[in-house]
Amino acid sequence: KRTSTFPCYHVFYVLTQVIFVVLGNIFGLRQKFTMDCEMEEKLLNFDLETYISSYTGHTKLIRLKFIAQLLEGNVKVEALRLALEESKKGENTQLYIELLEKIGGALGPDYAADDDWVTKVDQRNNKRLKKLEVELNGYKTNLIKESIRMGHNDLGDYYYERGELQDAFKSFVRTRDYCTTSKHIISMCLNVIRASIELGNFLHVSTYVQKAEQTPDVQEPVVLAKLRCAAGLVALQSQKYKIAARKFLDIQTELSGAYSDVISSQDIALYGGLCALASFDRSELKEKVIDNSMFRNYLELVPEVRELISDFYAARYASCLGYLESLRPQLSLDLHLHLHVQPLYEQIRHKALIQYVTPFTSVCLTKMAAAFNTSVPGLQRELAKLIMDNQIQARIDSHNKVLYARHADQRSATFQKVLATGEAYMQDTKAMLLRASLLQHDLVQKPIV
Amino acid sequence: MISIDSGRWGGACSAFLEALHESEGSQPHPQHCQQRLRLQARSQMEQTEALGATIRALSGDAPEKLHQLNTQLHASSDVLKRNVETLPELLLNLDPSACSLGWIHLLTAVGCEDPPAGGVDSFIRSVSRLVASCNQDQMLLEPCMFTRLCRRAKEVCLHTNQAARMTAPLLGGVMKMQPSPRHLTSLHQDYLQVCLIAKMYKAGLEVLNKDIYEADPEKTGIVPRDFLLYCYYGGMIYIGLKQWSKALELFLHAISAPTVALSAITVEAFKKYSVVALIHHGRVPPFPKYTSSVVQRHLKLCAQPYTELETAYITRKMDVLKAAVEKHSAAFVKDKNLGLVKQCLNSLCKRNIQQLTQTYLTLSLEDIASEVGLVSSQDVEMQLLRMIDAKEIHASINQKDGMVSFSEDPEEYNSAAMLARMDKEVQNMMQIAQKVAQVDNQVSCSHAYVTKMMMKDRQGNFVEQEYFEDMGTTARNLFGL
Repeated sequence: KRTSTFPCYHVFYVLTQVIFVVLGNIFGLRQKFTMDCEMEEKLLNFDLETYISSYTGHTKLIRLKFIAQLLEGNVKVEALRLALEESKKGENTQLYIELLEKIGGALGPDYAADDDWVTKVDQRNNKRLKKLEVELNGYKTNLIKESIRMGHNDLGDYYYERGELQDAFKSFVRTRDYCTTSKHIISMCLNVIRASIELGNFLHVSTYVQKAEQTPDVQEPVVLAKLRCAAGLVALQSQKYKIAARKFLDIQTELSGAYSDVISSQDIALYGGLCALASFDRSELKEKVIDNSMFRNYLELVPEVRELISDFYAARYASCLGYLESLRPQLSLDLHLHLHVQPLYEQIRHKALIQYVTPFTSVCLTKMAAAFNTSVPGLQRELAKLIMDNQIQARIDSHNKVLYARHADQRSATFQKVLATGEAYMQDTKAMLLRASLLQHDLVQKPIV
Repeated sequence: MISIDSGRWGGACSAFLEALHESEGSQPHPQHCQQRLRLQARSQMEQTEALGATIRALSGDAPEKLHQLNTQLHASSDVLKRNVETLPELLLNLDPSACSLGWIHLLTAVGCEDPPAGGVDSFIRSVSRLVASCNQDQMLLEPCMFTRLCRRAKEVCLHTNQAARMTAPLLGGVMKMQPSPRHLTSLHQDYLQVCLIAKMYKAGLEVLNKDIYEADPEKTGIVPRDFLLYCYYGGMIYIGLKQWSKALELFLHAISAPTVALSAITVEAFKKYSVVALIHHGRVPPFPKYTSSVVQRHLKLCAQPYTELETAYITRKMDVLKAAVEKHSAAFVKDKNLGLVKQCLNSLCKRNIQQLTQTYLTLSLEDIASEVGLVSSQDVEMQLLRMIDAKEIHASINQKDGMVSFSEDPEEYNSAAMLARMDKEVQNMMQIAQKVAQVDNQVSCSHAYVTKMMMKDRQGNFVEQEYFEDMGTTARNLFGL
């Protein structure tokens, strides 16, 4: 009887799995990011060309694809077009086909599927792969370390250009065993970092950044700067904004396009500036951001961020928040930052509110609302929340719309604490004595057998 | 049988034999039966009389005599059971304070019947009389029997819905059984149960107010179940009196009692503990680290609705909590905790209002209503009035504007009353610290501890058993144990 039911059970199980997967795809259980209409309007004037010109290589393609995913209309088509052109310059036919599907003929016959090119590139790359593999095998039999390393490296580069990131990653990691000089190690680490960032595997990025930094005689400032950027990205991704800010601000040289296949200098300014604003206190902000001459060069590239920071420092909150709002649409298109825009903005806003209230014993809520460009009830709600989280020591007089600073009465707080501690001590000691007696006389509840 | 009146026996036997001879060969049945019954009754009477005489003779202060009496009474327990109807009479002839042991045995036999021989009323009255005037030394020879007797009387009372009648006797029983006011007896939990059923919560305080530190099964015959039940019923009494922190203390004792197996009492205690903790503290504190692992692992699984209640309460939103209560109301009704859970709802409302006092100086009634989750400003006003009366918050309501202004706690901690209170607390703490030092001393001088310490050799390692034997004897010689 058992055997007859078994196949039915099996089929049923498989069916449910299939249904689940299909439903999952239909309802889009894969993460999608949608923009709301307001921001889309603002982005109609988004200058795609200038934005994307600061990137090269793979990150350009990824960013364009990401933007196309988020937006609709002209900008989407434009992004896809640029992406298509860029991908034709490379070797990644898979991506080309994908982009064509997304365009779906919207760009007209000039951009129709160029199957010839696809087949040509594929053939060429297959030949190249075979050649590389043959060479590598040859080197392995000869056991020449340097050649094996270069073989693996070339293989890694090949896979990277083809867009097969996992294989690229594996190949680069394999070169590790054959690295002899610190230069080799650095280049290996940089390759791995680049591939991992694209894969989204930030754990590996941080491991390899550490490895690279620990290599003796790492002197080249560009390399150091690149490593800092990578570390900053890792920290940003894990929402450790303070660490991210420190890393980005620690960059000692002008990268000026040296790392543009991962990150652009504007990005460094943006990420560093915003994270610093959200997490540093006033002294750190002044010391590390405003007086940081190196970082100032980066800030020149994104003047809004520079204005933003100086406004915050000078307590011109309305204009500061205004700049933030104007930057928001652009930031939500950024590959690394879009998830963090909301938390960063909230933190900056809270800091602004707290900073506004700290010097005063009483604050008129209407004036404060005007300074922050919000309504009084909204402001009252925000402040109530901050008070309950114990970030502001104050009380709100809702009738007269005034905020009064309130300093806890240390003396009565101490008395209350003392009485509570005394009671807790008594309870604990009595419980202990009772338990000691129970254990002494072995009054332990045993299972009834 | 030392002091049996042989004359009486002989007379009975000869009378019996005479009757047999007389009736040999003749028919009269009823006469036979009558005579037999009469003889039976007489023999019963005589047996009990004999026993009564024994009791009277052996009762006294001499411990060997009492032991003898005890063994004899145990041996003749089936005699007692057979002659149960005559026992109430016998009891009337014996003095409870002098012959307590005898009374205990006799009453146990009386109580074995259902309903007790001689009627419920007289049984209860006899038990009360015994408890009131019994001799403590005699009673302590048979603590388990005494406990069982009191329990039987309690059962009988509860059956006939006369719970209040047993409070005084049980209290007396507790007092008599305790070797010292610090000891826990098995009657504690019976007394508390009766107080609960009779709804005489203040009476329960008589026993609960005295702290217990000792639980000695040799002296009082208690079992672990008694301790758990004591904590459980005690906690329920404190709930009835709304003294939340003391209730929490007792429930925590029940939960953290040393145990190897999970008991249903512990589960019920935990359920009430979590609800009371929500009312008093706003959260359920984690188990102390000395709670046994069995309890820690399994307790929360047995009380699923209550953990959900806790998660709902922590969100501090009235509607979430109400939804959770609705969802599990069947479970709460089954555990008879629905009233407690409703108090929990109320406490969330109060807690939210108290949080508002920390944030606002003045607030309108409508705003309070929307923040806290109440429906109308009249409800808010009523709630605030109740809280102000109970001194849970300090505020004043301006009805013209519909505004409430919150003020600080006016307690300045600088009055004489406060000073006296602090002083008393310090004294209590010193006393209890002394007690702890005493217990520590006791343990350090005890045989078991010393031998275990001797087992560690100079390097601090625990040595083998053979070596220990030699050391043990040396230790014993040294310390004269």
